[in-house]
Amino acid sequence: MTEVGTARKRSEDARLITGNTQWTDNIQLPGMLYVAFLRSPYAHARIVNVDTSAALDRPGVVAVFSGADLAGEQGGLPCAWVVTPDMVLPDHPPIAVTEVRYSGEPVACVVARDRYAAADALEAIDVDYEPLPPVLDMQAALAEGADLVHSDKGTNKSYTWVFANGDLDAAFLDAAVVIEREYVQQRLIPSAMEPRSVVCQPFGDQMTVWSSTQIPHILRVMLASVTGVPEQNLRVIAPDVGGGFGSKLQVYGEEVITLILARKLGKPVKWTESRSEGNQTVHHGRDQIQRLRLAADADGRIRGLNVDLLADMGAYLMLVTPGIPLLGAFMFPAIYKMDAYSFTCTGVFTTKMPTDAYRGAGRPEATFAIERLMDELAHELDLDPIEVRRRNWIKHDEFPYETVCGLTYDSGNYEAATEKALQLFEYDKLRAEQADRRERHDTVQLGIGVSTFTEMCGLAPSRVLGSLFYGAGGWEHSAVRMLPTGKVEVLTGSSAHGQGHETAWAQIASDALGVPFEDVRVLHGDTAISHKGLDTYGSRSLVVGGVALVGACVKVVDKARVVAAHLLEADASDLTFENGRFSVRGVPEQGMSIQEIAGATFAAHNLPDGIEPSLDSEATFDPENFSFPHGTHLCAAEVDTETGFVKIRKYVAVDDIGKVVNPLIVEGQVHGGLAQGISQALYEEAVYDVDGNLQTTTLADYLVPSASDLPTFTTDRTETPATTNPLGVKGVGEAGTIASTPAVVNAIVDALRPFGVSDVRMPCTPERVWRALQEGVAQ
Amino acid sequence: MIPGSFDYLRPTTIGEAVSALAESGEDAKVLAGGQSLMPLLRLRLALPEVLVDLDHVAELREIRDTGDSVFIGAMATHHQVIKDPLVRAHAPLIAQATATVADPAVRHRGTLGGSLAHADPAGDLPAVILALDGVLIAQSAHGPREIPAADFFEDYLTSALEPAELLLGVRIPKLGTGWGFHYEKFHRTAQAWAIVGVACGVRRANGAIEECRVALTNMGPAPVRAHEVERALLGRVATQNAFKAAAAHAAEGTAPTGDLHGSAEYREHLARVLTARALTTAAGI
Ligand SMILES: Cc1cc2nc3c(=O)[nH]c(=O)nc-3n(C[C@H](O)[C@H](O)[C@H](O)COP(=O)(O)OP(=O)(O)OC[C@H]3O[C@@H](n4cnc5c(N)ncnc54)[C@H](O)[C@@H]3O)c2cc1C
Repeated sequence: MTEVGTARKRSEDARLITGNTQWTDNIQLPGMLYVAFLRSPYAHARIVNVDTSAALDRPGVVAVFSGADLAGEQGGLPCAWVVTPDMVLPDHPPIAVTEVRYSGEPVACVVARDRYAAADALEAIDVDYEPLPPVLDMQAALAEGADLVHSDKGTNKSYTWVFANGDLDAAFLDAAVVIEREYVQQRLIPSAMEPRSVVCQPFGDQMTVWSSTQIPHILRVMLASVTGVPEQNLRVIAPDVGGGFGSKLQVYGEEVITLILARKLGKPVKWTESRSEGNQTVHHGRDQIQRLRLAADADGRIRGLNVDLLADMGAYLMLVTPGIPLLGAFMFPAIYKMDAYSFTCTGVFTTKMPTDAYRGAGRPEATFAIERLMDELAHELDLDPIEVRRRNWIKHDEFPYETVCGLTYDSGNYEAATEKALQLFEYDKLRAEQADRRERHDTVQLGIGVSTFTEMCGLAPSRVLGSLFYGAGGWEHSAVRMLPTGKVEVLTGSSAHGQGHETAWAQIASDALGVPFEDVRVLHGDTAISHKGLDTYGSRSLVVGGVALVGACVKVVDKARVVAAHLLEADASDLTFENGRFSVRGVPEQGMSIQEIAGATFAAHNLPDGIEPSLDSEATFDPENFSFPHGTHLCAAEVDTETGFVKIRKYVAVDDIGKVVNPLIVEGQVHGGLAQGISQALYEEAVYDVDGNLQTTTLADYLVPSASDLPTFTTDRTETPATTNPLGVKGVGEAGTIASTPAVVNAIVDALRPFGVSDVRMPCTPERVWRALQEGVAQ
Repeated sequence: MIPGSFDYLRPTTIGEAVSALAESGEDAKVLAGGQSLMPLLRLRLALPEVLVDLDHVAELREIRDTGDSVFIGAMATHHQVIKDPLVRAHAPLIAQATATVADPAVRHRGTLGGSLAHADPAGDLPAVILALDGVLIAQSAHGPREIPAADFFEDYLTSALEPAELLLGVRIPKLGTGWGFHYEKFHRTAQAWAIVGVACGVRRANGAIEECRVALTNMGPAPVRAHEVERALLGRVATQNAFKAAAAHAAEGTAPTGDLHGSAEYREHLARVLTARALTTAAGI
């Protein structure tokens, strides 16, 4: 075991960073056509007529279609998660036919010989709209007599989903402290560096689809069922994909239409979005109103928690839209013990872009709510925020622990992570500085924010998904091919889009098979090669897919052992396997390398009777439980009380993600995650105007930070291995994002407590902070 | 994000550029660093028929000492301006403010002339040139013309340049001794445009303020001089309190609008806070 645990630089980085690789938009095929979409300028309107004739006359134009033109063959976009039996699930045509329900919804498309001709011709399409009232506010949308997004459904409510355990009334009755708050999770736009892009190539009765997707395998199944191309004739390739953050965990209308056009026209067709098009129509994230009630004893011990959510679905339910808030349902109690818990979520339709998975998906929302509440509880009781957490969290000797939600946390050590974080942060010193600045009435005040988070990762045990009515399982697949020269190909059903699988998987295989790291190639993201899989999201790749790889490697070694025993004329049980070499116990010089055995198996001249001439193996792993990474994050923020500007002065993240395969990759995941979580706290918000038009269509209006806006992170780890998988790993893809948002907002509120401020709405823009100060002081 | 079609011309001299503009008239647009024009083209907010690219007009990049002033050619890039010894010696405010523009990639392409001709109220350099009483030099087929900064910035994205007029550069009068300068920019992220910016210079002699210039970025459709602040400080001893008191006038006569990054009311508040800070820093107290 030498590779696992080594901080290797990622083998894929040179090609990803230089861009000298197969991004989908880099693909050029002979005779390729380009499609462009005309999009609705209205949030809500009836389509009276679409006149495409003038566009057809434009130079270079091959075809123009409205939604009505394709109505017979475009099918409907899928939703794979029917969360309640009575969930309202509206039809979702890829191109709107009779009505548009969000600004940016496609109403027609142009196919042309180049993308310029296609873009020019869009201007010649004449659409006659009859505007309908936009539905923009969730609360108003649920009121009696509200304007409807889908008039035929008679309601803007999609579903109400409930979970409860314990006696909540008893918990609140006579509780010494009751904290009641409403928090808003603003709408976010996932901003992957690579825009969406898709290329479809028909070839006889086969169809090859390249797409910048996180989910080639799921996409294949879905495209087959939507378009009717038989699954066996459909190959989906996710070449190098430049980030997704959940936004490419989707079956997009543009993917469906590009395929249909390629089939119809018998030519390869490409679509690549622009950034502004993407801001409008890549699925959005978060957008919840959280109404929370927490009851506690006078010593700070939590008795019960009541969560009532409104979740904005947007105009339609996309792949897992309704399920996203429910991924947080079991996470509100987090690391804390309590007797009673109740969760209700109502999914609401509005005339906005549908929401769906965005890094953390449900869990950042839950973590934000509980970690903000813990700080409020501490303030109410005049306790240190660390102390109030300490009084409530599950102690390290209480694992495995069944939470009020019925989840079994297998392992963890909140005390250790917190202790380490406090030391690195120099907590006491910063508290002293805070007191000093308060006393001096310094213009710049200091606040300290705490977030002791956990999350459920490794999505997911198939049985659990079934019980939640999710449309698929949660297993993952891997295969190992031993090549004649002793080199190795690893196939994985996980679909990397920036996470570094090619490096980490090679490290795992290298150790398990005892072959050099350089001898392993990892193949992924092509349904014709890594034929089986459930792709990458929910911090599942290593925890589920990595474990499948270990299983496949074990099988290879088992097969090789039989061949080795035969060739070494020894009993299989007498063989040891170490560093890639089988040797006879006690006679180390009598041995063979696994590469030699691969060669001998390939030649197949001298194999034991009944043994197939192949060491290749595959394994599928279905986890028995989720994994539960946790950690303690501490943020010190300086708040300029004159301008409202927030500067993060220090950020310490101590994460416990179990065993680590590659510390450098972990570091990268944590840094990126922190940037995104901090960004929700300070910068990002998708804003619609009163007419329902998106105002944040460019990166000048939708702010994302760059390195210069972020502090130098101090990161460290504690290691409590997961007990539910053989690698002991827990997942790290979302940890930083989930933990950091409340740490930052807690720090801002902590800085402003003396001014009577108890909340600032996200993103905490300078103006919002300044206004909170004005209002706080005025009280 | 795909521009409409256009013809492309690439003159190599000022003369060629001016005649290209004269021939194409209103349908032409000058392309400098493209950092503002390209987004407009890609969003189809501008649909010119001809682009006249100044990239190869070398003489427009020159920065010269002209005796009592420094002349900065329109095509001098932000990067060039920041590094230029003449600018640093005689107009350090320009170098300091330019260093706050966007990021290195933008600063290597974007030009001072482009920033001024574009007349974006959120642009940092118009207010700086206004504070320094710069004079803009333009040329058309009818000959050259000098436009004082105070007359140049007319409205939102509108300068005094005629459609067929080329901006050659800007002349910055050298200021004497005793000056301190500062550009105070307030923005949400390092790459973002100013919500409000304050360009100022303070000249002190014998402890008192003899002269003072204050110009504001993004406090209206065009940069504005805060004359009330300037007046309030004349003859005063430079103290924090004096600056604070004077800065209370900073929003007078301004007409900021609200947008996603800040309301008008907040901008007025910022103008007062930032003006006090800018003056304090400029005066070095
Ligand atoms: C991401 C980003 C962030 C930015 N942030 C800032 C910022 O914080 N502060 C800031 O001040 N600026 C900022 N800018 C703008 C930048 O400074 C631009 O360089 C500047 O606004 C325009 O200069 P340009 O040379 O690129 O001009 P171009 O984009 O080429 O031209 C702009 C306009 O000026 C006209 N024009 C250009 N040169 C001449 C000339 N010689 N004669 C006549 N007309 C001419 C053009 O026709 C066009 O209408 C930012 C730009 C980007 C892309």
